[in-house]
Amino acid sequence: MPNSFQIVVCSSLVPDPLQTLEPVAGPALKNEMMLPAVLDPWAACSLYEAAALAAAHPGSKVYLVAMAPKAKLQQVMMTVAQKVPFELVALDGPLGGFTDAQSTAAALAEAIAAIPALDRSKLLLFGGWESASRGAGVTLQTAGELLGITEQFQGVDQLTVRDDGQLEVLERVEGGRHQVSLCQGAPAVFGWATGNLAEPRNSPQMGMANMRGITPALMKAKPVKLDANGLSYVSAAVPKQTRETRLVRDMPAEEIAREIVAWMAE
Amino acid sequence: MATFLPQVGAMLTLPGDAVRQILWRFSDRFDLQMLVQSARAVARGQVAHMVAAGERNTHEWTPAKQQMMEAFDKAGITAAFMEPEQGGFIAGPKNLALGLAAFELAWVDGGAATASLAGFLALAPIHERGTLEQTAHYMALAAPPQPGEDRKVRRGAFALTEPIPYVGVDTGILSGRLRVAEWNEGQEPLLHVEKRGRFITNIACADFVTAAVESGDPRIKGSCVVILEEGDPGSFDRGTPTKKLVHQLSSTGDPIFSLTVPASRIVGGYTVKDGVIVPNFSHGEIIEAVFRRTRVTVGLMTSAKLLSAVEPVIRYQRGRFRGAESIKEGSLRYEMGIQQREDALQRLVDVWASGEASASLGFAAARLFDDLDPLEREKTALLAERGIAGGRAEMKAMREVEAKAVALLSGDLVDARRDELASDPLVQYALRDAAANVLCPATKLWNTGEGTRMMREAVSLMGGYGITEDCPGFLANKWMDAQLEATYEGPEAVQRRQLTITMTNEVFLAQFKAWTKEMRAIASERPGSGACTLATAMTMWLWTLNYTQHATDADGNKLYHGQRQGVTFALADALCWLLAARCQILDVEELEARGPLDAVVAEDLPATLQFLRDLCHVQSARASGEVSRICAELVYGYNRHPAWDAEGHKACFLSDELDEYEGFIPGLGAVATDVIGVSGSHPVKAGPCAGCAGSLDFLHLQNKLATCLTGSRLAKDRAAGTVSKVMIPEALDYPQ
Repeated sequence: MPNSFQIVVCSSLVPDPLQTLEPVAGPALKNEMMLPAVLDPWAACSLYEAAALAAAHPGSKVYLVAMAPKAKLQQVMMTVAQKVPFELVALDGPLGGFTDAQSTAAALAEAIAAIPALDRSKLLLFGGWESASRGAGVTLQTAGELLGITEQFQGVDQLTVRDDGQLEVLERVEGGRHQVSLCQGAPAVFGWATGNLAEPRNSPQMGMANMRGITPALMKAKPVKLDANGLSYVSAAVPKQTRETRLVRDMPAEEIAREIVAWMAE
Repeated sequence: MATFLPQVGAMLTLPGDAVRQILWRFSDRFDLQMLVQSARAVARGQVAHMVAAGERNTHEWTPAKQQMMEAFDKAGITAAFMEPEQGGFIAGPKNLALGLAAFELAWVDGGAATASLAGFLALAPIHERGTLEQTAHYMALAAPPQPGEDRKVRRGAFALTEPIPYVGVDTGILSGRLRVAEWNEGQEPLLHVEKRGRFITNIACADFVTAAVESGDPRIKGSCVVILEEGDPGSFDRGTPTKKLVHQLSSTGDPIFSLTVPASRIVGGYTVKDGVIVPNFSHGEIIEAVFRRTRVTVGLMTSAKLLSAVEPVIRYQRGRFRGAESIKEGSLRYEMGIQQREDALQRLVDVWASGEASASLGFAAARLFDDLDPLEREKTALLAERGIAGGRAEMKAMREVEAKAVALLSGDLVDARRDELASDPLVQYALRDAAANVLCPATKLWNTGEGTRMMREAVSLMGGYGITEDCPGFLANKWMDAQLEATYEGPEAVQRRQLTITMTNEVFLAQFKAWTKEMRAIASERPGSGACTLATAMTMWLWTLNYTQHATDADGNKLYHGQRQGVTFALADALCWLLAARCQILDVEELEARGPLDAVVAEDLPATLQFLRDLCHVQSARASGEVSRICAELVYGYNRHPAWDAEGHKACFLSDELDEYEGFIPGLGAVATDVIGVSGSHPVKAGPCAGCAGSLDFLHLQNKLATCLTGSRLAKDRAAGTVSKVMIPEALDYPQ
C-alpha cells in the first residue's frame, strides 16, 4: 500500500506526575514500585501521533515496545489500551530513570528487531525526546543507530506525509522556534516533543480489543537485565522548591507585572 | 489474651489499584479494570471541573450537565450496562461492574454517579423482565453509537414515586392509571396512561420513561410497568426541576404524563384472558428485581466518599501549620502539622476503617448478585421443567430446597449427600438468595447511614475549611450527598423493614452460624485481625435475636414482632455492623492469599496487610461495641425497673435482718446494696437494682465480648502511626 508505515513506539513507565518523588540510595525513587504509574508522557504523545498517522494511512500498524516490570505494565495497559489501537511488545525490565541508556537502547533495539514480519523499509521509530523520570536524552537515538536508522529527528511536534511519500518534520529548535525538515521516507527516528494531539478519551471497547493481543504479550514478556556499563551516580535530587512570601498592600498591577518579568529574567 | 504479631514497618503508600483489585476481587477482570480507569478519568476530569466551576449551584439542566452524559457515553460508562451484542463490552452479570463505575464517579461527585445510574435504572425493568423484543429495542437505543454510526443516544428515566401522599412511603400504592383507549378486534390494544411522577431522576434528558401504573380499567388486571416515549400521542411534560440541596449534577423533577401507547409497551408483555389484559409482571415483581440490585450500587457510592476523604484530610493535617513564620521547615510541627496529635490520627483511622468496611460489604453484595443472576435463571428453568411456575407453587418447592440448604450447612451429612446438595443449583441458589436478601438492604442501610455520620467526622477533621466550597475533595458536598443516598431508592426504614424479614430466614441464619465459625477459624490463624471479637459479637447478636423472638416485655407483649420496630429495626442495625466488619476481614484474607502473586502488591505486602488488618480490628471493636449496646438495651430495656414499692422491696434486705444474717454470713452487709431501713428509708436511686434472671447467658457473653476487645486500641494506635507516616501524592488528582 502506498505510504503505509510500521510505526514502533518505544516507551517506559514513570510514576504518576502528581506523586511524591523522592530519590533514595541506589539511586532510585522511594516506593516507586508501589506508586501509580503512567506511560511516560512524552512517549504517550508519540503513541497518539503514531495512531493518528496509522489511521490516516491505511495498511499501517502501530507497535508499542514498553519496558517495565510486567506487573506494572499490566496495570498501565488498563488505561493505555483504551486510547488507541496497537500491538504490545513487552519487556519485563527494571523501572526508573537510573538505568544505563546504552543498555536500555540495546534491549529495545533487540526487541524491535525480533518483531515478526517487521518491514524495516517502512519502519518509523517513535518515542519521547524527553522523559518524566530521568531523560538521558540518548536512548531513542541509540536504539535507532543500533537498528541502522540514521535519519533522526528530535523535539518533533508535527509529522506530515506528503503525497510523494516524503516526510515533512517540524522540530523544535532553540529560541522557541521550529525547524522544518524534509526526509525521503522511512526508515527514520522521531523523538517527539508534545505533538499537537489531545489525549484520546478512554474507550473500554477499544481496550478490550487491544487486550486480546496485550494479554499474551505480557505473558511472554522477555525478562531483561540491564548492564550498568560502569555507570554510577554521585547523587540524585529533585529540583528544590522555594517559597518566598511577601505581603504588599495596594501594589499597582503594572508594578506586579514588572516584578514578575524581572524575576523570570533572573 | 496476648496477641503476638510480627513486627513490620508502616505501610509506605496509600493502597493503590493493584491492592484494591485483589481486595474487591477483580484482579483477573481486565474489562472491569478498564471500566474503572475510564470512569475515573471522567470523574476526576470533566466531572471534577464541573463541580469546581460551580455547576452544582443550579437545579436546571445545563449544557455542561448534558455534556457530562455524553462523556459517560464516550467513556463506555453507559455501555457498561449492555451486553457485548448490544454495544457493551462486559459479558455476563454486571452488578460488580456498575458498582465499580458508580464508586469511581462518586469518588468525586454523587450526582454524577446518580446520573449514570438513573439510565440503568430506567433500563433495568426492561433488562430484568422485558420481552426479548423490548430488551433488544431499548438496549440498542440506549447504547452509545459504534464507530461509524451517527445517531443520538436515547436516555431513560424510571418513574415510580408519585406526589404526596404516597411519595417514598409505599411503593405498593400507585395513583398512576392505565386504561384501555382503543381495542379493535384482532388488533393490539391502545392504552392511555395517566402518571404523575415525583423526584424522577434524569427526567430532564429522558427520551423514554419506564413508569409504574395501576389499572384503572376493568379490562386491565393489576399493575404493571409501561414504557412511555417522548413522541407518543399526548403530553410528555418533564415538570419542574426539584430544588435539591444535593446531587445537583443529576436531573430530578416531577413530570406529568398523559399518553397513549400500544399494549406492547407493557414491560414483560401481557396475555389476554376472558377479554382482560393481564400483564405478565406486576409493577411490584419488577421493582423487586430491579431495586434488589441497584441499591447495592447506591451503598457503594457512600463508601467512595469515605475513602476519598482520606488523602485530602492527611494532606490538610500535615500542612496545617506550614507558611507560618514561626514554624520552621524541618520542625515536627512543619512536617506533621495536626498529625502530631493522637486524636486527629485516630479519628481519621475511624473514618478510614468505616470506608473500608462499607466498601467491602458493598462489593461483596455486588459480587453475590453476580453469582446469583445466572443461578436465578437456572432455578427458573429447572422449576419450569418440573411444571412449577410463579407464586405459591414456587414458594412451596423452594421451601424444600431451603431445608436442604440448611442441612448442607449443618455439617451432619455424609460426604456423598453433602456433595450432592453442594452441587445442586437450586440449593446454591437458595443459599445465595438468602444471603443477598440480607446483604442488599444491609449495604444500602449501613453504608449510607453510617457513611453519612462518618462523612461528618471527615468534614470536621478539616476544621472550618471542611465546610467551605474550597475544601479539597469536595467533602462538604459529599457529606450532604450521602444523606440523599440514605434516602433515595428506598429510605432507611424500608431497608430495616426488609431486614426484619430476611434476617430471620432459616437459610440465612444457618449461614450466619457458619460465618461465625469462620471468623473463629480466621482468628486462630490471624490473631489481631478482630475476627475473634467479631465472632463473639455475632454470637451475642444471634443469642439476642433468639431471645427477643421468644421473650416478652414487662406487659407480656411479644418482643420480636413485625410492628415492634424498636426491637426488629435495632437488631437489623446491629446486624449490618457485623456484616460489614466480616466482609472487611474476608477481603484482607484475600489480599494475604493473593497478594504475593502480584509483584506490585508483594513489594510492601506485610505492611499493607498489617495496616488493613489493624483497620479490621478497629472496625470489629466498633461494631462489637454497637452490637453490645443494642443487644443490652433489648435484653434489659423491656423489663420494668423495680421500684421502691412492696414488690420491689421483696428483692431487698431489711436493715435488721441484714444485721441478723451478718452473724453467720460475715461481710454480707458490705455487699448488700439494696437495704431498706427500719423507717422505710432506701438508697438514693431509681429503685432496687434490676436482677438478671433469664439473661445470665447474655451477661456471660457481654463479659466475654468486653475482654475480646483486648488489643483493639493497640491496633488503633498502630494504624494511627501508619497514617502519620504513609506517603501521599503531592496534590489531589482532581481540582477543587
